[in-house]
Amino acid sequence: MTKILIATTALVGALAGPLSAETIGVSIPAATHGWAGALNFHAERTIAHLEEVYPDLDFVLATTPDSATQVSDLEDMVATRGIDALVVLPFESEPLTGPIQRIAESGTWVTVVDRGLSVEGIETLYVAGDNDSFGRTAGQYFADTLDDGAKVVVMRGIPSTVDNERVAGFEEAIDGSGIEVLAMDHGNWNRDTAFTLMQDWLSRFPQIDAVWAADDDMAVGALAAIEQAGRTGEMIVVGGAGMKEMVDRIRNGDATVPVNVTYPPSMISTAIEMTAVGVTGAAPMSGEFIIASELITPENAADYYFEDSPY
Amino acid sequence: MTMATTQNNTGRTRGGLNLQVIGPIVALIALVLIGMALNSNFLSYANITNVLARSAFIGIIAVGMTFVITAGGLDLSVGSMAAFVAGLMILVMNQLTTSLGVSLPVILLGIALALVAGLVAGLINGILITRVGIEAFIVTLGTMGIYRSLITWLADGGTLSLGFEMRELYRPVYYGGIAGISWPIIAFVVVAVLGEVVMRHTAFGRHCAAIGSNEKVARYSSIPVARVKLATYVLLGLLVGFAVVMYVPRLGSASASTGLLWELEAIAAVIIGGTLLKGGFGRVWGTVVGVLILSLIGNLLNLTDFVSPYLNGAIQGAVIILAVVLQRKGGTER
Repeated sequence: MTKILIATTALVGALAGPLSAETIGVSIPAATHGWAGALNFHAERTIAHLEEVYPDLDFVLATTPDSATQVSDLEDMVATRGIDALVVLPFESEPLTGPIQRIAESGTWVTVVDRGLSVEGIETLYVAGDNDSFGRTAGQYFADTLDDGAKVVVMRGIPSTVDNERVAGFEEAIDGSGIEVLAMDHGNWNRDTAFTLMQDWLSRFPQIDAVWAADDDMAVGALAAIEQAGRTGEMIVVGGAGMKEMVDRIRNGDATVPVNVTYPPSMISTAIEMTAVGVTGAAPMSGEFIIASELITPENAADYYFEDSPY
Repeated sequence: MTMATTQNNTGRTRGGLNLQVIGPIVALIALVLIGMALNSNFLSYANITNVLARSAFIGIIAVGMTFVITAGGLDLSVGSMAAFVAGLMILVMNQLTTSLGVSLPVILLGIALALVAGLVAGLINGILITRVGIEAFIVTLGTMGIYRSLITWLADGGTLSLGFEMRELYRPVYYGGIAGISWPIIAFVVVAVLGEVVMRHTAFGRHCAAIGSNEKVARYSSIPVARVKLATYVLLGLLVGFAVVMYVPRLGSASASTGLLWELEAIAAVIIGGTLLKGGFGRVWGTVVGVLILSLIGNLLNLTDFVSPYLNGAIQGAVIILAVVLQRKGGTER
């Protein structure tokens, strides 16, 4: 990932030159949880960087708390800023498909990030993480390391396509491994919700061998509850998305947090940079770019630790 | 609304089982019985402690909210305010750690800051409502958005975390306690008892009810209406600060999703407890029961599999409405 980014940046730098002014609109969800926060951080950083590299490119960044606002944001971008390209991480697939399709039909370059639209072939470029592989990687790790008959609990995110794909991947991976899923509930990618959920599961189940928290914010909450109950050492906790604190624990060989699964928020940087290159006509950039989820282990943890990232 | 008060009083003098009064308690007992039937661990020491301790944040805030609502007001900003105060407290404590080291004064200063910040935030709400004369709903809707954005901005969209060593030192404030009763529970009980006494036995409590019943009449009765209303918002702000003092040591972090929807939970608890949303009558112990009902629903749903997690919200909504229906039965007959 980093290598690709560096390569793209170098490419962008090399090809910067006097071109006609183009405006790129960027529309992403507001920073309501850690991962989205990091998404915002990377988007702002990339835009600031590209504005220096391409003096002729203008950027419009809008963050949105819900689908309806995002639709209005997109309309405003087209009507008042006359954008030539759009980089959009749809808040939800269904409600955004129509508006984005109309923008694409008017000849605007459209890059869709992470959440796919419900109709295929609208976007010029698709950059995404692999949710199925995100769940599958965690599930595969459980299937490989846990004993037959091991008991696990699963903390899901906010009910959404992303969450469903992850859980489906996870379930397929553990299928036939003899692992028993005791309970599955929504922790909403939130520390506090995950904390209370884990407390209650600890009261309910005398034996839990592993926790899959489909996001590191939830893993933080789960770990606090396990520590409070004095049951540290009885179970492992596998989160996801590669939060700094978690990677640090893996790096230090923490027995409770043996591994983590990546889902890099910096994919927005990939998308914006590729769009900038595509719009300026420097190189062919259309198609799909899927960033696979990788397993962070104590051996490779150092490569995934970013000191100044907010996440 | 004055009628509600009168009716309540007569109900009590008769010593009768006024459904309006016992409604929330019946609902609470029913939930406890369901819990016992569903899971043998329900009444375990750990589970009871968990439920009571996690109720403390909303509970402490809801006690303050009881006064605001009784005086005919409303505060939608408490959840965001709690997140903002928590973020501010963590930032300042991290700063202080660099100069004062990992020490008790840092915690004390942090606590003082949280209380002052809450108080000031409440004061701002109160002044805008009573002196500038804007609707409470609008003012607090505005400040709700402002504090929520401020915490997102302070945290740079991510999460603010207390330094690791500081967290270890501060941790006992949530997880510790005396005689097996954890501090948040003790704090909740103290706040609730004080709230009940103030509501029942002080001029301030009665002034709140009078203003909520009829502001004009209250003014003619030479009650300092503006000052009492202002005081309810300041009190609520202070209690938000106090709840944050208990909240921060739990996970040692604050983010844009901290305290989300706390305002609605607090308001729901107040109404379930028998306080009138229109103002004029408030019952602090009822609020405590309301908070416990809300926490117990969540706890029960986590302890069982009998409904799909997608339906958790529906169950919660149904129990809230049911609790209020039970309680208002007597009221509709007036």
